[in-house]
Amino acid sequence: MPEQLLFAMEVTLNGLMAGVMYALVALGFVLIFKASGIFNFAQGVMALFAAMTFVGIQNGQVPFSHLINAIFGTKIHYFGWELHSMVAILLTVVVMIAMAWAVQRFIFRHLVGQEPIILFMATIGLAYLLEGIADLMWGAEIKKLDVCLTDQTCLPQGINLAIDETTFNLFGYGFFIDNLDITATIVAIILVAILVAFSQYTKQGRAMRAVADDHQAALSVGVSLNYIWILVWSVAGFVALVAGIMWGAKSGVQFSLSLIALKALPVLMLGGFTSIPGAIVGGLIIGVGEKLFEFAIGPMIGGATENWFAYVLALIFLVFRPQGLFGEKIIERV
Amino acid sequence: MLDQTEGYTTADGRKIGGVVMEMKNITLRFGGVVAIKDISFDIREGEIRAIIGPNGAGKSSMLNVISGFYNPQEGEVWYRGSKRPPMKPYQVAQQGIARTFQNIALFEGMTVLDNVMTGRLTKMDANVFRQAIWKGRAEKEEVENREKAERVIDFLEIQHIRKTPVSRLPYGLKKRVELARALVSEPSLLLLDEPMAGMNVEEKEDMSRFILDVNDEFGTTIALIEHDMGVVMDLSDRVVVMDYGKKIGDGTPDEVRNNQDVIDAYLGVAHD
Ligand SMILES: Nc1ncnc2c1ncn2[C@@H]1O[C@H](COP(=O)(O)OP(=O)(O)OP(=O)(O)O)[C@@H](O)[C@H]1O
Ligand SMILES: [Mg+2]
Repeated sequence: MPEQLLFAMEVTLNGLMAGVMYALVALGFVLIFKASGIFNFAQGVMALFAAMTFVGIQNGQVPFSHLINAIFGTKIHYFGWELHSMVAILLTVVVMIAMAWAVQRFIFRHLVGQEPIILFMATIGLAYLLEGIADLMWGAEIKKLDVCLTDQTCLPQGINLAIDETTFNLFGYGFFIDNLDITATIVAIILVAILVAFSQYTKQGRAMRAVADDHQAALSVGVSLNYIWILVWSVAGFVALVAGIMWGAKSGVQFSLSLIALKALPVLMLGGFTSIPGAIVGGLIIGVGEKLFEFAIGPMIGGATENWFAYVLALIFLVFRPQGLFGEKIIERV
Repeated sequence: MLDQTEGYTTADGRKIGGVVMEMKNITLRFGGVVAIKDISFDIREGEIRAIIGPNGAGKSSMLNVISGFYNPQEGEVWYRGSKRPPMKPYQVAQQGIARTFQNIALFEGMTVLDNVMTGRLTKMDANVFRQAIWKGRAEKEEVENREKAERVIDFLEIQHIRKTPVSRLPYGLKKRVELARALVSEPSLLLLDEPMAGMNVEEKEDMSRFILDVNDEFGTTIALIEHDMGVVMDLSDRVVVMDYGKKIGDGTPDEVRNNQDVIDAYLGVAHD
């Protein structure tokens, strides 16, 4: 096989891995939007908040330590433990569920039936609030996130080397794929499988689909909207945690993490705001698209195309297929 | 004529029991509009109770009050012998009161079977973790729900569209699916808002037969709103007549038919 083609394949593969990450973030958006019509601007900050909480708990950081020290003149910073990352994940999930409850109880319960734009504004407020809380709780410095810090639950190191070697033996060209990307992909596949199983085979999942489809009908079959909304925000919080950990492991946990939400926007325009398969396929297309474009066209126009490719693609989509790949055709009734 | 606790026997010999649902002096306003004005009536165990009246009379509003979608400003709702506090619609549904809507509210993105299955959600076991841990029990429950759903689907003769997405169905069949979803929850009170609106004669006959069969076979108490007077007279045991938010008649179909106020309302005699 020609070298060029193999190289393109490697680029595609890497693009798929990056796409998985975009898809994860977009998934959180879609879940909330489907169930409540809220376009959650805070999804990116939720990923940041989740990642910071995870790191903080894992490293035994005392939450709100700056605040506590300032008020009481103490000097506490750490509990002095390091938790297994599984335990830290579980505790973070509890925190995210509490957040979901609070968001519903103190914000959206009071905004039922409001215009979408008002709900959207509320999520902007929520984004800043959450960012502030994250700062206050865990401090603003960049943190290193290592899921494999204290345990052996991770993939064996050097699995990428193994892939490199196998493909070299097969094609005479070794594929290089980042170890973390492989982990992220496997985790994402498991996560999506769990979500699908949850929504198809549990009563809560059925109730969630019911609410996403028709509020009034859902009420009439005995589903509490409030309960389902808390559930949906919790699930979105869990998805944000996974995305935050993966992204954070790649580039450190810092406040710019909340900007990954911006990467999810073009994914949503491609996949449609209400389609879970759309979010996944859209993420993959953008991941592969931007890597291939950079590889094939980038050198001719001075590179750095990854910064804008996704947005331009989304714009083109907006013009020709505004409902996205999987969205239903929008027909204005007159 | 009616004994408060004993009930009565219908012309066709069915025994009607005590009061299931009692509305006492209900008043419902929307801003300046008075949709229901000081109305009282009851619904008895095992009967088919009709609510009729011209357009905008407040019939749907009354059904919405019973099902918790609207909360009246004044009056009391008594259900099975106790006064009901203001409730959310989902709580009312969990108490065994199922309903259909005038404008059909189905889950358009789901198949007929999935729609009917949602009717079992009132029996929801609130804990997702319990479902994950006691997989066996959850599975058994799912199988049972599935069987109930299939039975209702057979009963309403919609087997041939079980797997069809609801959005592709014609109006008449949608109405039937909505009835199936309400029935599968095994309601103790079934509320139907114009179950035959927009149907052709044949579909109406089918629907009438289903309503009678439901009442007959499961002893389900039914309150329904209907415009077609012929249908109402055939189906119902007792009729409440509303006009401009007020109750202008209440009794057996024969009594109501001969009530002068009712005749006036239906013939459009000018109100002053
Ligand atoms: N949600 C609402 N907000 C404001 N006004 C309402 C609402 N629901 C009903 N109304 C008003 O209450 C009155 C009664 O309406 P309702 O729908 O109960 O009548 P109806 O007897 O069911 O009529 P139809 O036969 O046309 O279905 C009408 O004037 C209607 O405009
Ligand atoms: Mg009506």
